[in-house]
Amino acid sequence: MSGPSTYNPESGIAKWIDSRLPLPRLMHDTISTFPTPRNLNIWYIFGGILTFCLAVQIVTGIVLAMHYVASTNLAFNSVEAIMRDVNYGWLIRYVHANGASMFFLAVYIHMFRGLYYGSYKAPRELIWIIGVLIYLLMTATAFFGYVLPWGQMSFWGATVITNMFSAVPVVGQAIATWLWGDFAVGEATLNRFFSLHYLLPFIIAGVVGLHIWALHVPGNNNPLGIDVKSPQDTLPFHPYYTVKDAFYLVCFVILFAGFVFYAPNFLGHPDNYQPANPLVTPPEIVPEWYLLPFYAMLRAVPDKLLGVIVMVGAIITLVFIPWLDTSRVRSCRFRPLMKQFFWAFAVVCVILGYCGAQSVEATAFGIPLVWVARIATLYYFAYFWLIMPIVGLIETPKKLPASIAQSVLGDSAAKPAE
Amino acid sequence: MRLINLSRNLALGLGLGFLMSASALAADSATARHHPKDAEFSFEGPFGTYDRAALQRGFQVYKEVCAACHGLQFIAFRNLADKGGPEFTEAQARALAAAVRVPAEPNEQGETVDEKGVPLTRPAVLSDKLPMPYPNENAARANNGGSLPPELSLMVKAREDGARYIYSLLTGYDEKPAAGFQTPIGMHYNPYFEGWAIGMPKPINENGVTYSDGTKATVEQQAHDVVTFLAWTAEPKMEDRKRMGFGVLIFLVTLAGLLFAAYRKVWKDAH
Repeated sequence: MSGPSTYNPESGIAKWIDSRLPLPRLMHDTISTFPTPRNLNIWYIFGGILTFCLAVQIVTGIVLAMHYVASTNLAFNSVEAIMRDVNYGWLIRYVHANGASMFFLAVYIHMFRGLYYGSYKAPRELIWIIGVLIYLLMTATAFFGYVLPWGQMSFWGATVITNMFSAVPVVGQAIATWLWGDFAVGEATLNRFFSLHYLLPFIIAGVVGLHIWALHVPGNNNPLGIDVKSPQDTLPFHPYYTVKDAFYLVCFVILFAGFVFYAPNFLGHPDNYQPANPLVTPPEIVPEWYLLPFYAMLRAVPDKLLGVIVMVGAIITLVFIPWLDTSRVRSCRFRPLMKQFFWAFAVVCVILGYCGAQSVEATAFGIPLVWVARIATLYYFAYFWLIMPIVGLIETPKKLPASIAQSVLGDSAAKPAE
Repeated sequence: MRLINLSRNLALGLGLGFLMSASALAADSATARHHPKDAEFSFEGPFGTYDRAALQRGFQVYKEVCAACHGLQFIAFRNLADKGGPEFTEAQARALAAAVRVPAEPNEQGETVDEKGVPLTRPAVLSDKLPMPYPNENAARANNGGSLPPELSLMVKAREDGARYIYSLLTGYDEKPAAGFQTPIGMHYNPYFEGWAIGMPKPINENGVTYSDGTKATVEQQAHDVVTFLAWTAEPKMEDRKRMGFGVLIFLVTLAGLLFAAYRKVWKDAH
């Protein structure tokens, strides 16, 4: 679908540049004329939103780094100085802190979208796998970033997460010590986390480039999950999808601004407004909301090493789903059985998130949440490793429409004009 | 239809966020802190601002009562004259500073103590932070039966239900201990504190301060005022933030309207 380039340089300068560095041609072909299925719905807006989120995090992050001091004695106070004495520092920090949450909100919807419409299936396997890599980099970046304010939750979160590596047999403790640069989370740890937190977003930006490159070879999947067959099935990206994405982006920014200006600490934890104290463990150590489902899995397993394996496995599993899904049909819209398992999966993820936020002994309706988390974890893995392969084989999909154009415009309009 | 879809999607996103961030509430042990009292504050809600008079009275309560044991390390005297804060005049803030002596910088001879070895001091100026009550943690503990009076600038943001929690704590000393609960010696019963036993004795008493504006200094009034003041020390740019947010949202909603019109027009013949 990427097809031959339609760029036609007109001016002498444009021709001169095009024959030396065809950057305008690249922009023209990927943004302006790129043929995009005409039936993309609201769930397809998040690619653009995520690019926006990454840009916002990098820009605000660079400004924050101008004022932040990566030292255990000064980090907390430097963040407060940003909040109090830097011009609009409070705005920049709240945008950055809430921006992380918005970034994850968007990436989760983006991922569920891909799952529902089978966007990971051939020929888009690499787009999906690169996406999983981006998600992994995002979680690492978010984790490093959360440590930087050096509040109680920063410190203890860092302690819990880095201690997971000590679960590795024989060399575990050595790995943990190597990560810390010390025998506990401290000055050296904070400094390297700051360095990595500054580095990773640029790596993410590079990998996002690969993600989009890989996308522009087969082109977008679409809610019908059928291939583009004729030019009738597509619209040029500009102006159709630029205007649509712009509208929904602004709607998303309204939600974002709502948090930044009216509930800036709603998604945070009060304990992180207490300076880190290695001598006082908070009653509950909880990660940010977007990591809670994985945290619930970690705690659901009584054995430390197995818990870590399950948690890491939950993300690594995503790499294999292009081959775990045996269905011939991409979109769940035509998969009556899989659709039900999909929504159950979405609910299970929310339940896992809820379990991750509660204390270990908590119960709901008399049932210990740790058991709820165990069953939910089982479903999470079963969804990918059992349900996906089996349902794909036994399910009878509904009849697919003949083409995108026919589905959108009706039979008459879909006849090739002239 | 598209709009309905959109609002449903936004609501879904919000709901998800709310549900997932529902953080762990107090552990269900027998002495878990009581749910905070209902109290209303001027700074709540999207248009809430700090009640200026309450901030000034709250500062007085802090200065005359709390400051004996609790520091405010992030607040300088100049902040007392900041817009969106207590808004003392600059002259008043200067006078408040000048009444406090802080450790002096080394003099011309490089000395920080006089001939008798007494540390040199000077009157504070606007750029000085409010003085801390103790030189270090050990001194603080030694003076308070082993308990550490926490630094307060961020306390309203550092506790679940911050403002109501502190208000309840300050006004929660007079309740009878539940049957069977033995308050440890040297501690004080307060059911709004985790574990019910707090090192701090009842800090606020009827007419403990004399307000210059004639407000009757009941325990509730003083607690309410000092909580308002502490809310400001925790979030000094709140008024700026809400004001800017209002403008930003109006701009964004207008922009969304324009883009929606453009979107409809561009797509008119496409589906």
